[in-house]
Amino acid sequence: MNATATTADIESMGSGYLVEGGRTLWSWLGTRDHKRIAILYTIAITTFFFMGGAAATLIRLTLIHPDGRLLSAETYNKTFTFHGVVMVWFFLIPSIPSTLGNFLLPLMIGARDMAFPRLNLFSWYLYMIGGLFTVAALVFGGVDTGWTFYTPFSTMFSNTNVILVVVGVFVVGFSTILTGMNLIVTTHMMRAPGMHWYRLPLFVWAMYATSVVMMLATPVLAMTLALIGLERLAGVGIFDPALGGDPILFQHFFWFYSHPAVYIMILPAMGVASELICNGVRRRIFGYKFMAWSMFGIAFIGFLVWGHHMFVAGQSMYAGIVFSILSFAVAVPSAIKVFNWLTTLYKGDIHFHAPMIYALGFVGLFTLGGMTGLFLAAVALDVNLTDTYFVVAHFHYIMVGGSVMAYLGGIHYWWPKATGRMYSENIARWAAILMFVGFNLTFFPQYILGYEGMPRRYHQYLPQFQELNLISSIGALILAVSYLMPLFYLGHSLFRGEPAGPNPWRATGLEWTVASPPPEHNFHETPVVTSDPYDYRD
Amino acid sequence: MNAFMPAAAVQQQFDDAPQQKEAAVLGMWAFIATEVLFFGVLFAAYVTCRWRFPLAFVEGSSQLDFPMGTAETAILLTSGCLSAIALRQIQLNKARQSAVLLLVTSLLGVAFLVLHGMEYHDEFKEGLIPGIRYLETGPSAHEMELFFSLYYVTTGFHSLHVLIGVVLLLIMALRTWRGAFCAQYHTPIEITGLYWSLVDVVWIFVYPAFYLVGNAG
Repeated sequence: MNATATTADIESMGSGYLVEGGRTLWSWLGTRDHKRIAILYTIAITTFFFMGGAAATLIRLTLIHPDGRLLSAETYNKTFTFHGVVMVWFFLIPSIPSTLGNFLLPLMIGARDMAFPRLNLFSWYLYMIGGLFTVAALVFGGVDTGWTFYTPFSTMFSNTNVILVVVGVFVVGFSTILTGMNLIVTTHMMRAPGMHWYRLPLFVWAMYATSVVMMLATPVLAMTLALIGLERLAGVGIFDPALGGDPILFQHFFWFYSHPAVYIMILPAMGVASELICNGVRRRIFGYKFMAWSMFGIAFIGFLVWGHHMFVAGQSMYAGIVFSILSFAVAVPSAIKVFNWLTTLYKGDIHFHAPMIYALGFVGLFTLGGMTGLFLAAVALDVNLTDTYFVVAHFHYIMVGGSVMAYLGGIHYWWPKATGRMYSENIARWAAILMFVGFNLTFFPQYILGYEGMPRRYHQYLPQFQELNLISSIGALILAVSYLMPLFYLGHSLFRGEPAGPNPWRATGLEWTVASPPPEHNFHETPVVTSDPYDYRD
Repeated sequence: MNAFMPAAAVQQQFDDAPQQKEAAVLGMWAFIATEVLFFGVLFAAYVTCRWRFPLAFVEGSSQLDFPMGTAETAILLTSGCLSAIALRQIQLNKARQSAVLLLVTSLLGVAFLVLHGMEYHDEFKEGLIPGIRYLETGPSAHEMELFFSLYYVTTGFHSLHVLIGVVLLLIMALRTWRGAFCAQYHTPIEITGLYWSLVDVVWIFVYPAFYLVGNAG
């Protein structure tokens, strides 16, 4: 261990940014420190994750029996809407960018903070205000439109608190936009001397590509939701067929945002997985430039595929074919990534610590989710599979199997950096394995259910589907346990965990050169970068 | 007057003033990119609706107050020009002149809002506001509602942006008058000017799409 590390060791005893900015509640709620803001986000999105998770549990409990006895049809609709809205906008989209991205990006590029620290805090408050509206909608009776707010149901027929949720999502959208803007400007302007673009960790590239999507897609959602609100309040009829408007136009706008939004969820996960895999196998990433640019490829093509959500919505056959081909094209950069991760692992000496298990789980589940995406991109097959559980299984493999696995892997990997403490590695490994098993048990049966024709969003189903639904519900229970476990052992580590030291994983990257937890302004001296990323030498 | 860059104006996360300035300007450009997509939805809606009801759009457009819309255009473009000159003046260290120009820019913004409010008022009297007071009867009255809906949403969101711009410009005028900026440091004026140009550019698309369509032939 060299001299810097020793100094850093001594420093971490002082608990870095956790105490340096002050110990009062206001020193947290009024902080400009990107690390503290990341912690605020982590607490908030964890709360929303478990709220959305509770809704998911109710859904799965209802589906144990074909009669749907637990929840009435109406309550069931409100439950899955709440689950979708909360998980998409209040967990998945901010999950990695706002927590890990916020915490790590300045550290990884050698900056003292984000470019706009006040704006960063403001984004968090916007997130919380949006969250309050959404929770208020639930308290006042819920919303039954589904997270997609399809017109004309959401504008003309639903008698629930659509406006409250729409305002909530509108506000949280601006939180996303401002975070994206902050990440982009920080990456451009704040890199340390010697940190050229091709020396950036892939996580930073992932954040950059994600931020571009955030900034260019989210405003479209914001205006579309504003039009929904205005249609309900003031009778603005852009989506109202009675007034000459077009409900299909809503679907175009909505998916122009919401398909790229899936890439807002998965690109950061790819960034995290790249970091974790390189560390777990102690090698350079295979094909660094391909890995970096394939993320931009995914982000770019992602803007051109929204029509594949509308194959049965009455769009022209030619539009369908074009969207189908473009959707297949997304598989190319995605496959480049999977092959490069596998090649990085090939014949390597793999360390199966908890973050690595999560990362490997991510690669497997993402591959399966991506492959079934190709089924859905094929027009002829999609006509059969639209609105069945096959679709549900597909996007949960990407969003939960992909994004959540990577998010939790990242949380474990950088936990010692953020808190200065190690968690119990054994329990963490078991939680990761349990999660993989529980996840597959929950969602793999849903592929079969969907293929056999079980429609999504119904609280009742034909008796022949009960066995597979039962397996799925049991899986969900295991999954719930595996999500609750980290709360306990990570919480425990805060008080009893071994001090981590600056670099417990012997990892490369600037974030590991500073103390754990890092000091308030990250670097006492601006670092100078002289080597490529993932410079593992053993 | 500050002839030099005040040291306190460089925030701790930046190395120096040029880096801070570049970051702020890039941030505003990035924000403008999101605004383009934000208004883009409305223009996309305009295109699809007009493609379906071309005649109703022409007829609806001819009901709008064309001279008033033209006057608003002239006012807004003049204000954009003045905000650019204000930036030049502060670059030449003429803070007082810059402050006055910024004030006039924001007053022109106020004039725009007043004229637009008068226009809304007249349209209310004529019964051209769908959902609130709509008295059109003719064969394409129903389809014209869509035109007017889009007109109010688009100009409404645009006016909201003008209002925000007016407030920002007033703050800038006041701070400039008090000597907060000089030739070496005037980033807030520059990014406010960028924002104000966005407001101008959006209007440059709104004006022909809504006011000129009915007066073309």
